[in-house]
Amino acid sequence: MVEFALPANSKVDRNGATYPAPSGAKRVKSFKVYRWSPDDAKNPRVDTYEVDLDDCGPMILDALIKIKNEVDSTLTFRRSCREGVCGSCAMNIDGTNTLACTKYIDEVKGDVKIYPLPHMPVVKDLVPDLSGAYAQLATVEPWLKNDSPAPERERLQSPEERAKLDGLWECILCFSCTTSCPSYWWNGERYLGPAVLLQAYRWIIDSRDEATGERLDQLEDPFRLYRCHTIMNCTRTCPKGLNPAKAIAEIKKMMVARK
Amino acid sequence: MADLRSPVARARGLGSAKDGTHHWWLQRVTAVALVPLVVWFAVSMLRVAPDSQAAVRAWIASPVTMVMLILAIVTGFWHAVLGIQVVIEDYVHAKGWRIGLDMAVKFAAAGLTVAGVVAIFKIAFGG
Repeated sequence: MVEFALPANSKVDRNGATYPAPSGAKRVKSFKVYRWSPDDAKNPRVDTYEVDLDDCGPMILDALIKIKNEVDSTLTFRRSCREGVCGSCAMNIDGTNTLACTKYIDEVKGDVKIYPLPHMPVVKDLVPDLSGAYAQLATVEPWLKNDSPAPERERLQSPEERAKLDGLWECILCFSCTTSCPSYWWNGERYLGPAVLLQAYRWIIDSRDEATGERLDQLEDPFRLYRCHTIMNCTRTCPKGLNPAKAIAEIKKMMVARK
Repeated sequence: MADLRSPVARARGLGSAKDGTHHWWLQRVTAVALVPLVVWFAVSMLRVAPDSQAAVRAWIASPVTMVMLILAIVTGFWHAVLGIQVVIEDYVHAKGWRIGLDMAVKFAAAGLTVAGVVAIFKIAFGG
């Protein structure tokens, strides 16, 4: 059966260490951050870091970097571009998967609770193991497949054909959507999840691609595609404002269209 | 048993079933069919509820009612079987349980469908 409760060694100790703000700080915000290390046999815990907002940038990522630099260098998380194009700092902030770099601290009322992306194996602290999701992405072969001889110049596309890629090419593969999806939590071994299906659709709908039918063949599966029950968590959580649920619905329509 | 397959081997698994669209489409078709059938059934029940047993039996025995009732029973159970199968696939991961439950649901639905149809015929022609 589906596991609704955490196994004993995954139970989170809510009362981890507390790191108080420097004395004299006027605007203090508490960051409650999930901590787990593979190097000891301890259960995960939640540490509390009090941050002086007058001495910190406006984004959640600014606070995390400040904590790592000035308070606790063992805090581990991924980050790179700090402007919402790399997808590295996806995590669960205030109950919603999003990018730490584009989420304002001010948007969170009360304490800021930060956990890794849900239901993925944790490497350490806020770093999830995404190797399964990346392997699933590889199975949809997200590159142009074309048998016609390569033209002398660019492969042409009409403005209308190009417009079909809008809302798809912007995906940065942060996997916020995939890890927000209960179907992916329960059947992530076989269900591809919204991020990968949106990528699949990005190539299915590309007018320059010649492998449309082959791509649909690979997706036509009760688990790979049809675990989507359109609950729209993916669309609600996407930090880039994209609509993976619509992409999945379009794939389903194409499946019926070719019957 | 430790799973030492590569992530790609696990993602590819047994490959695509090349199936699922038929199931998904039938679920939609039966859902659409059930909209008028359920409305008709609910309205009819409210209408015949105050009548005597003999009057309701006579109503069931009329050809239009028979057709509509049999359609509602068949479509309703068909749709339920398709839906419950999806729920089982979602939540039940132990293979034996999954197959067993799915079979049990299908047998039960088949039995209830036939029982419903037989009951209608019995009322209509059983005298």
